[in-house]
Amino acid sequence: MQKANTEQAQLVKEISNVDTRKCMKCGKCSASCPSYEEMDIRPHQFVSYVQNNKVNELMESTSLWKCLSCFACVERCPRDVKPARLIEAVRLMVIRQKGQNYLLPDEVPELLDEEVPQQLLASAFRKYSK
Amino acid sequence: MQRIGVFVCHCGTNIAATVDVEKVVEMVKKEQGVVHAEEYQYMCSEAGQSKIREAIKEKQLTGVVVCSCSPRMHENTFRKAAEKAGLNPFLVEIANIREHCSWIHKDREEATEKAVILARAAIAKVNLNTPLQAGESKVVKRALVIGGGIAGIQTAIDIADAGYEVDIVEKTPSIGGRMSQLDKTFPTLDCSACILTPKMVEAASYTYSEVEKVSGFVGDFFVDIRKKARSVDMSKCTGCGVCTEKCPSKKGKSEFNRGLSNRSAIYTPFAQAVPNVPVIDREQCTKFKTGKCGVCAKVCAAGAIDYEQKDEIITGNYGAIVVATGFDTISLDKFDEYSYNQSPDVITSLEFERLTNAAGPTKGKLVRLSNHEKPKSVAFIQCVGSRDVTCRGKSYCSKICCMYTAKHAMLIKDKYPDIDVHVFYIDVRTPGKNFDEFYRRAVEEYGVNYIKGQVGKVAEVDGHLLVQAVDMLDNKRIMLNVDMVVLATAIEPDPSVREIATMLTASIDTNNFLTEAHPKLRPVESPTAGVFLSGVCQGPKDIPETVAQAGAAAVKAIGLLAKDKLVTNPCVAKANELFCNGCSNCEHVCPYGAISYQDKEVNDHGVRETRRVAFVNSAICQGCGACTVVCPSGAMDLQGFSNRQILAEVDAICR
Repeated sequence: MQKANTEQAQLVKEISNVDTRKCMKCGKCSASCPSYEEMDIRPHQFVSYVQNNKVNELMESTSLWKCLSCFACVERCPRDVKPARLIEAVRLMVIRQKGQNYLLPDEVPELLDEEVPQQLLASAFRKYSK
Repeated sequence: MQRIGVFVCHCGTNIAATVDVEKVVEMVKKEQGVVHAEEYQYMCSEAGQSKIREAIKEKQLTGVVVCSCSPRMHENTFRKAAEKAGLNPFLVEIANIREHCSWIHKDREEATEKAVILARAAIAKVNLNTPLQAGESKVVKRALVIGGGIAGIQTAIDIADAGYEVDIVEKTPSIGGRMSQLDKTFPTLDCSACILTPKMVEAASYTYSEVEKVSGFVGDFFVDIRKKARSVDMSKCTGCGVCTEKCPSKKGKSEFNRGLSNRSAIYTPFAQAVPNVPVIDREQCTKFKTGKCGVCAKVCAAGAIDYEQKDEIITGNYGAIVVATGFDTISLDKFDEYSYNQSPDVITSLEFERLTNAAGPTKGKLVRLSNHEKPKSVAFIQCVGSRDVTCRGKSYCSKICCMYTAKHAMLIKDKYPDIDVHVFYIDVRTPGKNFDEFYRRAVEEYGVNYIKGQVGKVAEVDGHLLVQAVDMLDNKRIMLNVDMVVLATAIEPDPSVREIATMLTASIDTNNFLTEAHPKLRPVESPTAGVFLSGVCQGPKDIPETVAQAGAAAVKAIGLLAKDKLVTNPCVAKANELFCNGCSNCEHVCPYGAISYQDKEVNDHGVRETRRVAFVNSAICQGCGACTVVCPSGAMDLQGFSNRQILAEVDAICR
């Protein structure tokens, strides 16, 4: 069951330890993001979605799985907002809802191609399951 | 026996709404020495002050306690009222029952109880107060201005116009500062040199000089100025420029052109330099490095070259000092994403000023530094390091960048309408007379493309610069190919300001800007008496604002210089010579350098001997009390705030 929006937003802020009010809406996070084109909700929007208690939309967003955790947004944000931490926090909430596991071993074969390195599988399991 | 009068102020409802003033009056009547107590709606009004005056006369009061607002606000008002009635002003005490009680408490009973306690403490102190007399000190009628930019020049001219002598100390070979490096100035687009150089000629100064040491105090400062060796005799040089032309060593980077061109080892920073006398850069000069050149001396018809010249220390005596040390732009070493250190076509705004200036390295032709061709498109990036709370930048807004970027964009469009100009901004801030109109002209008349969004990355791709950003209003990624990128770099106080602030005991904030005595009511004065602030050393400012502040600093300095004598604050530290053991603790903690030691003959209960004892210069002492706290033998005491008085207050509070 989904909790009330404000409570969820509070939870995201607690997990991530991000103060969304620090954002000055410059968009540098999105401008630095290598996955920008693949995301439906972009890093700068992510911040304002949390600020406006729209966490349900974020939980359904594909951005959670497109974020590379490269931390370019964290590195370059002039206000120290750390959007990647917000994405990570929402991802955790989804994983916890899905019984601690977003990526099952059975799903892996169809995702494979020749160029996928072994390390990617290991880190994907770390990232998408708890 | 003291006869004390207590006056409790309602401050309209500010105090009376939360503090039961009638009860305070009832309670203080029981205190030792109190012979009169009353309340009134506005004690600071004329009627309120006359109540104090009348009570002093009628009841022969020997002390007054006013329970009102902060002493910062009205201590002086009530002291003057008491003085008019013939009472020494230092026999008046304030109990701050507004800020300390009514404003911070909601509960009426609690607030009232605290107000009574504070009144009691003040009464206990007044019981021990003694009359104090203010002293006098002299005022030297000459001012020193540190820094020869537009701020320093304007302050110096304004002080000189009032009839006082002024010296400017400028560390570079010419006055003029940052403004002399600019091409045009907003919002009128008049030529910077045209409005600045006449002023430069008007101001005589110590150029190529630095402040070495400051001693003394308000009205009577002694300043050691190091005149660095120019290696050119200023009295002989005619400024013909032959030496700079013939100098074979031309590898030095021109500071004036921000390193975009070379200069000779003997050089004048720019054509309109004041004074028009070159200086030898001894680190670049072959004669100084190997002893084998001397071309400049050979070609100088006036015989002005002097390789033997040495630094000279001049000591000046000044009544007032104005700091006008200005600014520099921050280093971009931590901003790798903009490729400033990688690509010659990524430049700072100050470099752009030199590129577009007719006297600059390209004679005003706008070219890419990589291939010296005219760019087809230029992108400006604002807020580079400004409003940045991380360790990379500065948390404040640099204030001038929005306007000069609009100016740069317009200058390009005016000269080369075919160049595409894009400006990446976060907010456009244009609070100033005709400022917003200026920015709108850039957009509406010149067609400058403003894009809301900070740039994430600038990369060199196939001889072009690829700017990666997001249009925040469109939520679309922008990949823009441009030929040149101009960064509006954050400004910071000139690095020399720290050392100067230390010498002057003037305080600086976390960003190294000099702190003003009061941000609203005393914006051009330093908390250190006799030290004034002019221009960007106090905070980011544009030229009109700098000139206005320079004038204000000049007026404050003139106000000081116009006085024949200064009244000193009698609430200063004083050492009891019999108790002093000469340990130097007080000297070490004194932030104003007011304490020194003297060998003095003392008579200790019939025993005469010479002892090393502390001596407080009452003109320098600001009465902070740090010395009284560290004195192990209790010899140091602050007049008006003696240890006995403070302890009596504590006793009254704990009663």
